[in-house]
Amino acid sequence: MTPNQLMFAIFSAVIIIFSILTVTSRRILRAATFLLFVLVATGGMYFLLRFNFLAAIQLTLYAGGIVVLIIFSILLTSHIGEKLEKPELKKIIPAFLAAAGGALITIATILQYNFPVEVVSMSERTNIRVIAKSLISTEKFGYALPFEVISILLLAAMVGAIILAKKRKD
Amino acid sequence: MFEGVPLTWFLITGTIMFFVGIYGFLVRKNLITILMSTELILNSVNINFVAFNKILYPDHLEGMFFSIFIIAVAAAEASMAIAIIINIYRRLVNIDVEKMNEMKY
Repeated sequence: MTPNQLMFAIFSAVIIIFSILTVTSRRILRAATFLLFVLVATGGMYFLLRFNFLAAIQLTLYAGGIVVLIIFSILLTSHIGEKLEKPELKKIIPAFLAAAGGALITIATILQYNFPVEVVSMSERTNIRVIAKSLISTEKFGYALPFEVISILLLAAMVGAIILAKKRKD
Repeated sequence: MFEGVPLTWFLITGTIMFFVGIYGFLVRKNLITILMSTELILNSVNINFVAFNKILYPDHLEGMFFSIFIIAVAAAEASMAIAIIINIYRRLVNIDVEKMNEMKY
């Protein structure tokens, strides 16, 4: 087993185990903590694939931003010691069948398909200069328009969140 | 193949994460746990994009840019969802999806 395979196995195991715990844990704050582990392991997988910039974004924005936001809203809306009620069996069985069936079909399809097996060298890191130039270029493989659209979306989301969560006067 | 790690391993991890998210989305009743399931689904898609990019097209960066935009949209979505959840909590004093059957008028 090469070091890459070992690291992949660790990250993959963490992702699978803790994502299952995230959706089954009955204490909501613990579920949020397990979600944090899943997101950090995903960031580790990006480091394994040598996408350093993307991994940094994942760690700061997802693990640092969104999880903290979720934990704040949990603290605002529910009691710490409170346990969520158990979902009924007539809801669990169809949901489990749908999820397991979908997963089985997708995995069977993936295993049947012949992906190319040539070995990709991984020493090459993504160059931050290339990323920055692509994000503002308007030529082929340039992402100037989506970049601007996403900035407007974030601004709109910020204004909307402030207005929605603001206390009303009446 | 990525120095010993085949592409299918990444895809299988992403698939399991995606369908665990679907399961949580269907089973959970609390709005915040539903939001967490959505985050799981978005993350699994990111893993697939990045793995395809690195292993099938190593000299391009398209998958990475798609992942960056997905992360930005997920951040916007989470902030809006949490604002709505807090507003609902203020009016109805719980955030259970099955108890939210009243409209304003």
